Amino acid sequence: MLDIGLKILAKIAWVGVVFIGITVISFWVIHLAPGSPTDMQTTMNPTATIETRQKLEKLYGLDKPLHVQYGNWVSRMVRFDFGRSMSGDSRPVWERIKERLPLTFGMNIASLFLTLLIAIPIGMYSAWKQDGWFDRGMTVFVFIGFAVPGFWLALLLMLWFGIYYPVFPISGLTSLDYALLSPMGKVLDIAHHLALPIFVYTFGSLAGMSRFMRSSMLEVLRQDYIVTAKAKGLPMHKVLFKHAFRNGLLPVITLLGLSIPGLIGGSVIIESIFALPGLGQLFYNAVMSRDYSLIMGSLVLGALLTLAGNLLADVAYGFADPRIRAGGKD
Amino acid sequence: MRNKKPLTPPTRFQRYGLLILGLTLVGTISIAAIFAPLLTPYDPFVLNVDNLLQAPSSTHLFGTDALGRDVFSRILYGGRVSLWVGFVAVGISTAIGLVLGLTAGYFGGLVDEIIMRGVDVMLCFPSFFLILAVIAFLEPGLMNIMIVIGFTSWMGVARLVRAETLSLRKRDFAQASKLAGAGPIRIMATHILPNAITPVLVSATLGVAGAILVESSLSFLGLGVQPPDPSWGNLLMDGKEVLEIAPWLSVFPGMAILLTVLGYNLLGEALRDILDPRLKQ
Repeated sequence: MLDIGLKILAKIAWVGVVFIGITVISFWVIHLAPGSPTDMQTTMNPTATIETRQKLEKLYGLDKPLHVQYGNWVSRMVRFDFGRSMSGDSRPVWERIKERLPLTFGMNIASLFLTLLIAIPIGMYSAWKQDGWFDRGMTVFVFIGFAVPGFWLALLLMLWFGIYYPVFPISGLTSLDYALLSPMGKVLDIAHHLALPIFVYTFGSLAGMSRFMRSSMLEVLRQDYIVTAKAKGLPMHKVLFKHAFRNGLLPVITLLGLSIPGLIGGSVIIESIFALPGLGQLFYNAVMSRDYSLIMGSLVLGALLTLAGNLLADVAYGFADPRIRAGGKD
Repeated sequence: MRNKKPLTPPTRFQRYGLLILGLTLVGTISIAAIFAPLLTPYDPFVLNVDNLLQAPSSTHLFGTDALGRDVFSRILYGGRVSLWVGFVAVGISTAIGLVLGLTAGYFGGLVDEIIMRGVDVMLCFPSFFLILAVIAFLEPGLMNIMIVIGFTSWMGVARLVRAETLSLRKRDFAQASKLAGAGPIRIMATHILPNAITPVLVSATLGVAGAILVESSLSFLGLGVQPPDPSWGNLLMDGKEVLEIAPWLSVFPGMAILLTVLGYNLLGEALRDILDPRLKQ
């Protein structure tokens, strides 16, 4: 029991250190850069005077030394106050991020679900018939899947399904007549708009996930208990689903945790191509207008989500694998 | 039962097929990029208003763009840029990863702890967010892109090298050298590095593919290589504007990215299989 307590303490210490690292790096990176958020209102605005500039800098706290700015920022951040956005409507950063989260989350969760649904059977069957025709075909697919740039796939899909055979809308989240639709119609309309982006997301993670499932399954299928199960003459589905499935799935949990930063990063491109009002698009706009507090907020939020994802994966792994729960194996 | 398969040694084709395929792709594309001026009669920068948005034909193999420039030659010249970015970025990330990984693995203790927590922190960032933010502040441009991609992708190499170093430094030859009075740098350079280089080579090859993908994404968003310099990413950015009337502007540069990334990935996998059979799945 003491063992587990120590492990948890060590984990908490790790989280603390990583958390501080994340905030320091974000802060350092952004403030070392030239250019200032007040440029928009000053340099580009001929009526602005030096006093206006200083006033603005004072308003945003940019006149204080870096470590003071950092201290202020962290103390506000722990209260989920990321400051006010420095571009556009100057609403609080958290408010602007919050309204973008559901779309980006929703798309990612839907595509993760689809990815798992497709990749797990592919990986399992490839491993079962290793080097068979299916496995070989899938290997080719995986190599191609890794090499296709997501934004190019998006362009091709837009060309095919948006222009040649216009069955899917190619930009935005809703149709023009959205407000007039029934509740069910609204849901369908959004789903219709999100079909292509979700396809691109799913395609992007499918190759890696199915490859990973395959190698994890290969590992499991070599174990004695599987050989025994096969030797007893159990049919394929029994061996795979009753004996191999759960153990083969374990490493996938870790991969899910690790794939979060990639998904968040990918949202910038996909959302900008399909003109979807999600977190990625917000971040892109923030970068373009040098909105310090919005960039910091999104960057830190992204990193914290990853951190949370890793922790969650750890915990889930612990629950799923009794060997870890018992503290026997690290 | 079919699982006898792994026991049979791979045939020569299985062993070298990937390598040959990868080398062919990478070789062809590199040669095409290097000898671009010999392969195309058109200057990739010269505008030709009589020739706007021509469809692919025998005179313009991949057609022309909205300014009448030959797309085939822009792709070849763009290849120079994209490949160059890939190499330099990977050079930077490999150098950083090697130094940090060797240091962490060799000295262990607090040094190791600090470096590896640094790796953890860096891995928490959605790297594309980080790259975008830095690039936007630094002004996009060739040099900055290479540096930023390099500085945000060294973590894998560092982990790899650290793990190798941890086991190598305890081996007899390293210990003997230490007893003979060799300093840490000498031991790292003569005993550890040469033995740890194989996985680094593999990861660098795969890294080139990754860096090319990142560069093209950045250029596609307009934050990478700046026009009029062609890169595969910004060719696609141009293509997107005229997707409806000139789809060839979007199709061909993407094919170039796909084949290049495919080539480097195949090469990396093949090198892993051949040089380091332990890692074979």
